[in-house]
Amino acid sequence: MIGKGAEANIYLSGERVIKNRISKAYRVRELDEALRKTRTKREARLISLARRAGVATPFILDVNNPDTTVEMSFVEGLQIKKMLNKASKKDRLRICREIGRSTGRLHSNNIIHGDLTTSNTILAGDKIYFIDFGLGEVSEAVEDKGVDLLVFKKSLRSTHYKFEKECFKAFVEGYSREYKAYRDILERLRIIELRGRYFTERF
Amino acid sequence: MERNLICLGIEGTAEKLGAGIVSSSGKILANVVKYHSLVGGIHPREAAQHHAENMKATLEQALQNASIGLGDIDIVAFSQGPGLGPCLRVAAVSARTISLAKKIPIIGVNHCIAHIEIGRLLTKAKDPLTLYVSGGNTQVTAYTEGRYRVFGETLDIAIGNCIDQFAREMKLGSPGGAIVEKLARSGSYFELPYVVKGMDLSFSGLLTAAIEAAKKQKIEDVCYSLQETAFSMLVEVTERALAHAEKKEVMLAGGVAVNRRLQEMIALMAREHNAKFLVPPKNVLGDNGAMIAWLGILMYDSGVRHKIEDTMVKQRFRTDEVEVKWR
Ligand SMILES: Nc1ncnc2c1ncn2[C@@H]1O[C@H](COP(=O)(O)OP(=O)(O)O)[C@@H](O)[C@H]1O
Ligand SMILES: [Mg+2]
Repeated sequence: MIGKGAEANIYLSGERVIKNRISKAYRVRELDEALRKTRTKREARLISLARRAGVATPFILDVNNPDTTVEMSFVEGLQIKKMLNKASKKDRLRICREIGRSTGRLHSNNIIHGDLTTSNTILAGDKIYFIDFGLGEVSEAVEDKGVDLLVFKKSLRSTHYKFEKECFKAFVEGYSREYKAYRDILERLRIIELRGRYFTERF
Repeated sequence: MERNLICLGIEGTAEKLGAGIVSSSGKILANVVKYHSLVGGIHPREAAQHHAENMKATLEQALQNASIGLGDIDIVAFSQGPGLGPCLRVAAVSARTISLAKKIPIIGVNHCIAHIEIGRLLTKAKDPLTLYVSGGNTQVTAYTEGRYRVFGETLDIAIGNCIDQFAREMKLGSPGGAIVEKLARSGSYFELPYVVKGMDLSFSGLLTAAIEAAKKQKIEDVCYSLQETAFSMLVEVTERALAHAEKKEVMLAGGVAVNRRLQEMIALMAREHNAKFLVPPKNVLGDNGAMIAWLGILMYDSGVRHKIEDTMVKQRFRTDEVEVKWR
């Protein structure tokens, strides 16, 4: 086993990564099975779509074991989360710009990642690979794209707080270069953030 | 610590008014809570009116329970936010009045952090990942380098609000959360919208779908499915944050934390990750004054001093805004 994410066990067999979404004792069986199956299938489908859109991802080899296991190629590299705080400023901004570009490419193809964080991006050589599309979907909605950006911004805030501002700015630079409708999405992001913070609406 | 200081904490972020008295050794001397009964949702101005009318009696009751007089209070703390503007202002004005009249220091505290700190005091948790669930807030937080960072939170309504609104819509009576929990015990599962975005959640679609489903399904089944869906979402983001933040303890806080099913689910998840599960006693889970007083003491002892100008209420006071000097 090479990794234990929150929802899956990850094994390496030769050049293959086997990702098995494990059953959770805390949730009812029907819900548990439905989540594991839909996410596994979605992950395989979206990774393939993302690759076709020109975003670096592993390639999918197989989906099996009543649909809760996906096999893909191994990406030999370093999780962005593990290196971003230690990188030079120049590298840090370049990486964030690059993540922004790939996200722009996903969004211009109506692909929503769903869990866009520095844990789900891997630096290999000079490329950044996107993984873990299980929470993703295909959607044209401005709202869904806005939430994708919010999730990324928050992963910066919680894990790379010293660099949140500069990193997000670089991300937006890359994003706006790849995606024409970027203004609408950024405007929606602003509204979503305000919504979450507007306490009185929560009652 | 040279002297055992005594702090009065005034809580008034929403429909509850609380006055708590805590000493710097961590002893809770009094903790009085008064409710503004919710009829058809919370009205900020009416709740504020309730707080203003009951403030004197609540403070007097707290002093009486602690067997002390106002002159024995060394510090006055109040909930500065986040919360409903009119309610916050009543608590702030009362605290300022006491501070000026008695010439004692005033400390404005963050309500969400107060929930975490009273939990740490009473469960002896050292460095927990906290799932804070109430009528107004839903957050997953953990401490790293000087701040409580928010890993996940609701994108729209709070979980407590979701359950309460459902109960109100179904005319189940009050308190809604307890009634839904009881009905859920004899229900069975059907699918409802499950919405998790990264480590954030959304409950508004679930609420609408549950109300809609209740037209056809048995109420017990709707309550059960609503709880199972909402709580699974909460546990999932907590689990993801636990893996991310690499903590060894999981603590529940807030009014919804009294729910037995939620406690059971979090405990099961924590066990799978070899993390310790902690839940504070019931009387400090809901909004209360003791937690405000305790955080007031922690802040004062760590050197924080507020001038009257610093005590403006902050309706959108964020958890990660506060520099944590006491850890
Ligand atoms: N194709 C891959 N190549 C290399 N490493 C991978 C690959 N897939 C997953 N991993 C590693 O395993 C970890 C967890 O995988 P991920 O798909 O993100 O699962 P989870 O949903 O549990 O987060 C990743 O953060 C990464 O370090
Ligand atoms: Mg992952």
